[in-house]
Amino acid sequence: MAIADATVQGITVDGVPLKDKLRRATRTSRVRAFLLVTPLLLFITVSFVLPIADMLFRSVDNPRISSLLPETVAALEQWDGKKLPDEAAFAALAKELKLRREDRNLGKAATRLNYERGGMRSLITKSARKLKRVERGPYKEAMVEIDEKWGQRETWAAIKLIGKRYTLVHYLAGVDRRFDADGNVVTQPEVRRIYITIWGRTLWVSLLVTAFCLLLGYPIAYLLATLPLRQSNLLMIMVLLPFWTSLLVRTTTWIVLLQSNGVINDILVWVGILSDEGRIRMIYNMTGTLIAMTQILLPFMVLPLYSVMKTISPSSMRAAQSLGANPFTAFVRIYMPQTVPGVGAGSLLVFIVSVGYYITPALVGGSTGQLISNFIAYHMKSSLNWGLAAALGAILLAGVLAIYWLYDRVVGIDNMKLG
Amino acid sequence: MPETNDAFVRFVDVQKSYDGETLVVKNLNLDIAQGEFLTLLGPSGSGKTTCLLMLAGFEPTTHGNITLDGRAINNVPPHKRNIGMVFQNYALFPHMTVQENLAFPLEVRRMSKGEVEGRVRRVLDMVRLGGFEHRRPAQLSGGQQQRVAVARALVFDPKLVLMDEPLGALDRQLREQMQYEIKHIHDNLGVTIVYVTHDQGEALTMSNRIAVLNHGEIQQLATPDTLYEEPQNAFVAQFIGENNKLLGRVTSMNGMNCSVEVDGGGKVEARAVNIEGVGSRTMLSLRPERVQINPPDGQFPNVFEGRVEELIYLGDHIRTRVSVCGDDDFIVKVPNASGHAALRKGDDVKVGWAIEDCRALDV
Ligand SMILES: Nc1ncnc2c1ncn2[C@@H]1O[C@H](COP(=O)(O)OP(=O)(O)OP(=O)(O)O)[C@@H](O)[C@H]1O
Ligand SMILES: [Mg+2]
Repeated sequence: MAIADATVQGITVDGVPLKDKLRRATRTSRVRAFLLVTPLLLFITVSFVLPIADMLFRSVDNPRISSLLPETVAALEQWDGKKLPDEAAFAALAKELKLRREDRNLGKAATRLNYERGGMRSLITKSARKLKRVERGPYKEAMVEIDEKWGQRETWAAIKLIGKRYTLVHYLAGVDRRFDADGNVVTQPEVRRIYITIWGRTLWVSLLVTAFCLLLGYPIAYLLATLPLRQSNLLMIMVLLPFWTSLLVRTTTWIVLLQSNGVINDILVWVGILSDEGRIRMIYNMTGTLIAMTQILLPFMVLPLYSVMKTISPSSMRAAQSLGANPFTAFVRIYMPQTVPGVGAGSLLVFIVSVGYYITPALVGGSTGQLISNFIAYHMKSSLNWGLAAALGAILLAGVLAIYWLYDRVVGIDNMKLG
Repeated sequence: MPETNDAFVRFVDVQKSYDGETLVVKNLNLDIAQGEFLTLLGPSGSGKTTCLLMLAGFEPTTHGNITLDGRAINNVPPHKRNIGMVFQNYALFPHMTVQENLAFPLEVRRMSKGEVEGRVRRVLDMVRLGGFEHRRPAQLSGGQQQRVAVARALVFDPKLVLMDEPLGALDRQLREQMQYEIKHIHDNLGVTIVYVTHDQGEALTMSNRIAVLNHGEIQQLATPDTLYEEPQNAFVAQFIGENNKLLGRVTSMNGMNCSVEVDGGGKVEARAVNIEGVGSRTMLSLRPERVQINPPDGQFPNVFEGRVEELIYLGDHIRTRVSVCGDDDFIVKVPNASGHAALRKGDDVKVGWAIEDCRALDV
């Protein structure tokens, strides 16, 4: 009786609250569990959380101009952007251009400004060179004399914009937008527009690859799940075989097969379907990217599908038929709906992997088969515009998270089966 | 009722082999009348499911014909046979609600919406599941799933319903309740039901007739009482109910009866049911409740000395193990009637039985 009363109030027999007692009893096991996951936690932090945080920071970080031309940036702070800036700004810029020319940092500043506005590099170098001879002000007239662009407020607006320590220009550039002189977001001039096309192409290729994988993978998974054990094991090995081969080997094989003088074209010419001049271009373009990516990503579709199909009881198809459904109806209305979790998981997996795919498009994509990752790589390795690369990466990450969220809303992530 | 020419379902010389080597069903001949409740009863692997699958059209017959309502159905695909089927694991469609599961056979028959709704409601009432329309199978208990499965097999008014161990997954109490309900539905609707089970109690309580199968052959096809009272061979006698067996040799024949020299000693008068003649070996079958302990003198021609080995108190009767005629596993059910002599372990007793209760069968 006494014990019953005590437990009702959450207190043990010796008067200690039940919760405290429980916490004390499980403390050692919790500490041990935490110690066990610590290495993993550290690994994830170092290899995953920190790089992503760094990427997100770099995508808005913009230290170059504010550190190279600090006085100019400060002078432009007050400028309303309506007319030309006042003499103080001209003087500050003239002084700092000369200084940067002397300490050999002018090129860095010019390059950064040139990202934002074409022609800035030559303007800066030219002006710095000529300003050497201008000893005293007023600098305004002198600089407009050197180049009339100094008389245009767009030039100054660009400097003011790039002078900001933290900026969204990379994100805007990543979707072919920029700030105009009045601070409005406008579309890039035609010649500088590329990313919208690339984003579109990336989405389109990913959708197509997902669709092809589904079309090819569904029957394979069905066979895997329904064939007798011996045949299905063999089939499974054939599905997994590409997994065990190096990505490069597989991609190179496609080059051997698909190129103009490759195996397939040779056979088609030999059979007489194609003339020797009419060889089809199947690689170094979008077709190549599609074919190679579909083949490489197929297992990502087959395995989740298979694991779902394996759990579908064969008697449900029989039941449907005994209830009067012909085999086709039974398949469409009874079997296929039960595979939805697998279709969802496989498609999500393939789509997300293809959106960020790099190596295959780089090798077989030519110029029309390049995806957004290839541009990220380009900005990291060649143009060294890390800010833009980081912004593109962040947009990609946001897109993937959005897809995941959408999937969760529509299908429910709990319904997903990955094997 | 049985063995008429216008049988509703008819198996004619049906044979089935899966691997081309062994016959899983050997020369099956079976007539099932309209409205009958026929049970296929047999141990595991005896070919019961195979018979049902052939009837439902999921397995082709290797040889022979099956006719349904006078029509050969060998070449009719399953979905055109109009046979309801209840599967052992229910085979409900997990992605559909109860309502959708039940509506499925009606929709594929292109019935109007109103008709579908009416029928679904009626059949749900019949299995007493009103209010469960919008649950999914996973949200139902085993017994409820079972009822949905039965309802689904009945909702499109098939003339024939097949049930493959439909109660196998339920606990005993629920199983007995469902036996009663299925029987009730059968009586009300008048459908023909072919039922598969390996539970003899279930078969005895539910069926009009039972076909006992073993190794793909019908051992005996009879009503439950005939099957119990008059087993035709040793397998049936042992498979149905409890049975005492005494092995021996026939020494003389005498009209319907015969004398048997039991291996363990003693000469027993028995009814000659399934023996080849004088000199052949036989198994005597005796139901435990037909044996009397210390019968009055002269009541039975068969009376033997025995000794009580074990007593188990079971309330309404006392299971008494006796050693008699060299068999120390001879069971006698002693009714717990008032005034009955109390037995003790080790007592020497007399054991007796009538000729007609002792059947001489094959070995
Ligand atoms: N698809 C199949 N392929 C090969 N052999 C099979 C197949 N299905 C059943 N068999 C064999 O046929 C025999 C009869 O099987 P069946 O399923 O008809 O038995 P059952 O009487 O229903 O048994 P249980 O009571 O265990 O369900 C068994 O020996 C079994 O191994
Ligand atoms: Mg079976």
